Amino acid sequence: MSAIETNDLTKEFDGLTAVNSLNLKIEEGELFGLLGPNGAGKTTIIKMLSTLIKPSSGSGRVAGYDIQGERDKVRQSIGIVFQDISLDTELTGWENLDFHARMYGMEKELRKERIAEVLKLVSLEDKADQFVKYYSGGMQRRLEIARGLMHYPKVLFLDEPTLGLDAQTRHVLWDYIKELARREKITIILTTHYMDEADYLCDRIGIVDYGKIVVLGTSKELKEKVGEDLISLEITGRASSADSVFEGLDGVLAVNIHDNTVDLSVKNAEKRIPLIIETSRRAGIEISSVNMRKPTLEDVFLHYTGRTIRGEGASGRDMAKQDMRNRRQLWGGRKK
Amino acid sequence: MMKLINLSAIYTLWLRETKRFLRAKSRVIGALGMPLMFLVFMGKGFSKASLPGLPQGVNYINYLAPGIIAMILLFGSMFAGISVLWDRQFGFLKEVMVSPVSRTSIVLGRVAGGVTMALSQAMLMLIASLVMGLKTTVFGVLSSLIFMVLLSAAFVGLGLAFASKMEDMHGFQMIMNFLMFPLFFLSGALFPLSELPVWVEKIALLNPMTYGVDALRATLIGVSVNPLAVDALALIFFCTAMVGFGAYLFESVEVD
Ligand SMILES: Nc1ncnc2c1ncn2[C@@H]1O[C@H](COP(=O)(O)OP(=O)(O)OP(=O)(O)O)[C@@H](O)[C@H]1O
Ligand SMILES: [Mg+2]
Repeated sequence: MSAIETNDLTKEFDGLTAVNSLNLKIEEGELFGLLGPNGAGKTTIIKMLSTLIKPSSGSGRVAGYDIQGERDKVRQSIGIVFQDISLDTELTGWENLDFHARMYGMEKELRKERIAEVLKLVSLEDKADQFVKYYSGGMQRRLEIARGLMHYPKVLFLDEPTLGLDAQTRHVLWDYIKELARREKITIILTTHYMDEADYLCDRIGIVDYGKIVVLGTSKELKEKVGEDLISLEITGRASSADSVFEGLDGVLAVNIHDNTVDLSVKNAEKRIPLIIETSRRAGIEISSVNMRKPTLEDVFLHYTGRTIRGEGASGRDMAKQDMRNRRQLWGGRKK
Repeated sequence: MMKLINLSAIYTLWLRETKRFLRAKSRVIGALGMPLMFLVFMGKGFSKASLPGLPQGVNYINYLAPGIIAMILLFGSMFAGISVLWDRQFGFLKEVMVSPVSRTSIVLGRVAGGVTMALSQAMLMLIASLVMGLKTTVFGVLSSLIFMVLLSAAFVGLGLAFASKMEDMHGFQMIMNFLMFPLFFLSGALFPLSELPVWVEKIALLNPMTYGVDALRATLIGVSVNPLAVDALALIFFCTAMVGFGAYLFESVEVD
């Protein structure tokens, strides 16, 4: 049985197709990443899978249960950390966990034991009796992860778990997530728009753009699809005529030209550089610099969508979200 | 597997609200301000006046106090219902909505919490009324509690119904001005309805507050327009209908 399976899962918001006929299969025990830019539809996918919103069409199963017909079984089987903080900041950390455990029908003894266990997992034992409004952003995030794990879910959703955290805190959280996947033996679905996060954490990655998965595979597979290595040539003058020069050259798999750079996907790049430079010279192309590197997920993204992941500014909706966060802070709702 | 009425979840939701309530003392006291002013200034101001339609031998403070207690139940309960929107804004509603608890139980938990809050405020107002000279009996107070619960639950239900259809708190002011104040003024809380035009009096018969105020007067000061049984039936009806309505609308709530 797959942990998650969707069948043409679709969500439309008055005219806008946020998730477009998604077909996705995630196996038990996987740490799966949905990687995509702002507005790609990652959160909408998670909200449908977690029963918070209803799909416009299509279907999905989580832990073997139908997300529309067996919502309560789905709910019992999943843990979730939402993109935006969803703690009761007027309660203590311990009380937040206790609330959760009771809502999931855990018995008193188990409740106490498990609260201590998950608090330890995220190193918040010392802070358990503090009000959540006095937690830092990273602590709140860790508390939410602990809470998501309370009731031994089979599937854990993490929606942008490290959004807005500093680099150091992110690395700490990554290690928690890795440790968790190992210790709790659960399926984890994580969304992110950080390449390095997906790369470091996920067994398999699905790149999401405009509500569709454009490509899916392990980080290694995805990078191999782009070509083994990448050589970037900066050229003086127009690069547009360079296409024919490099196309079909021994070892060159693909040529991408923008402005005055030529990107070549090449096998064993270090061995090909002399040939490429020689060829350019003969064709009268003047190279001002050469850059060689192994492909990253960023290249994969560019390859499949024609854009860089950070190519677009924040959407209006994100601004609105940010605005709301600021307002909450004004009200003293939480400290970051 | 899932219970429609999940008592432990209802208790959990109630516990959370009660904790929050006990920690937000300034908000609780603040909510008492306006009703208290009504009680003090109107009670004192009209204490010597002879109001038309007032039952024989009932002084105004005795007449007014049950009305003001009903007022605080109305405002406190509606607010408790609508404050689900606060949870939506702060994200906590998502935590509640992904839990494997029937939506009916979530509504009942909210109602339990809201009633507890509104009733504690009503009790403080009752004490203030006693200080102001309200004459009642222990039995009167105890039996009035039943009607307070019914009245309060009805309005928590109505508040939830509104919250299910609203995106944020912006519409709250509207509800306050165009629903809560009319409900209050058209209930006989401040003066006998018999002094109003007949058609207005007829409309007031559709107002749950009318029966709530009357039932509180019947129990607290032993004077009422309707027989207590009529008030009781009307309140049970409104309470069931409005909590049912709130639960019905809440069922389809989506959070994002
Ligand atoms: N409730 C809603 N009403 C209307 N449009 C919505 C709603 N929720 C999401 N959208 C739109 O659907 C699209 C996908 O949004 P979604 O939040 O799923 O993106 P995301 O990939 O999670 O982005 P981010 O990285 O910013 O979190 C966006 O264009 C967004 O504006
Ligand atoms: Mg998102």
